[in-house]
Amino acid sequence: MPGTEAIKQNKSNIVIMGCGRVGGKLAAMFDAAGHKVTVVDLDAYSFRRLPPTFSGTALIGDGTDEEMLRKAGIENANAFIALTQGDNRNVMAAQIAKHIFEVPRVICRIYDPLRKDIYEQLGLESISPTEVFADLLFQRLSQKI
Amino acid sequence: MLKPLYIVIVGGGNIGYYLSKALLSQGHEVLIIERDIRTCERLEDELGSCSMRGDGCETAVLTEAGLNRANVLIATTSHDEDNLVSCQVAKHRFKVPRTIALVNNPSNEKIFKKLGIDATISVTNTILEHVEQEIPAHSLIHLLTMSGQMEEVVEMTITRESPAIGKSIAHLRLPADTTIALLMREGERPRIPGVDAVLKENDRVIVLTSLDSERNLEKALLG
Repeated sequence: MPGTEAIKQNKSNIVIMGCGRVGGKLAAMFDAAGHKVTVVDLDAYSFRRLPPTFSGTALIGDGTDEEMLRKAGIENANAFIALTQGDNRNVMAAQIAKHIFEVPRVICRIYDPLRKDIYEQLGLESISPTEVFADLLFQRLSQKI
Repeated sequence: MLKPLYIVIVGGGNIGYYLSKALLSQGHEVLIIERDIRTCERLEDELGSCSMRGDGCETAVLTEAGLNRANVLIATTSHDEDNLVSCQVAKHRFKVPRTIALVNNPSNEKIFKKLGIDATISVTNTILEHVEQEIPAHSLIHLLTMSGQMEEVVEMTITRESPAIGKSIAHLRLPADTTIALLMREGERPRIPGVDAVLKENDRVIVLTSLDSERNLEKALLG
């Protein structure tokens, strides 16, 4: 996978859009692993989820805005992850990161499985938590019933 | 009259409503997809049954709307990301030949074009262009954007401070994709300038360029 090499070497620049439970946790994990992390969120209150030890950057702003992404250092980013609550916002930001700024590794969360399929076909690496979680539950329950 | 088209409009706000009204009166078949039930009811009351409640980004809703046979999809909501997704789903999943998006943040216009939307309309940019045409002092006036391409036609006036004065076109540092197509000089007929044409103060030029080259073009002609 492109971008993986830099991530392994502990010195990659990672931009995360959306500092919710997943975004905040992921930011903390990459930060603890020694990477340079920037988190962008519209709401400053979300940054409470970052641990006190977090040494990266937290920026208030709209991750679908080209200027804002520049401020977040997208031009030098090795990876961009879109994790807001809105599928469409994630899809738009991820496409800007991939096609305008040519970030080597872009991952996009899309709750709606049908929409995820369409964007996967368009070459956007996407994960649908809906699908993943439903699968997981189904597997666990199928074993014990 | 032209062959009637099947046009799907996402978003039943003011733009969606007036657009539908105009398109219906031209004899086209129109369907508005709107999320809000009250807005839907109002549309029914005023335009008859031409609206459908639902999220215009969802494949199921768009399937029910018969997007397979739509000729055009126009996304008019106040959220750029929703407009982008509606257009992309329409284009890639349903093969709608023409997708048009309203762009609320003017800087998204360029991004939408790069992401394959056929046409974008930015109200802010449209108003700005009108302001620019009223105020000739402004450096670069957008006249036309080629649909589907990154090319555009702009008008510029050579000012007193311009570094281009006295230089021939061949010696200007124009971006590679940029051509001065027409030179308009007071007291002369507009003409297609050759590479040896020399620019003067107050010359007006029509230039074929691209969005990406605008800034370098301004630098070359206006400093």
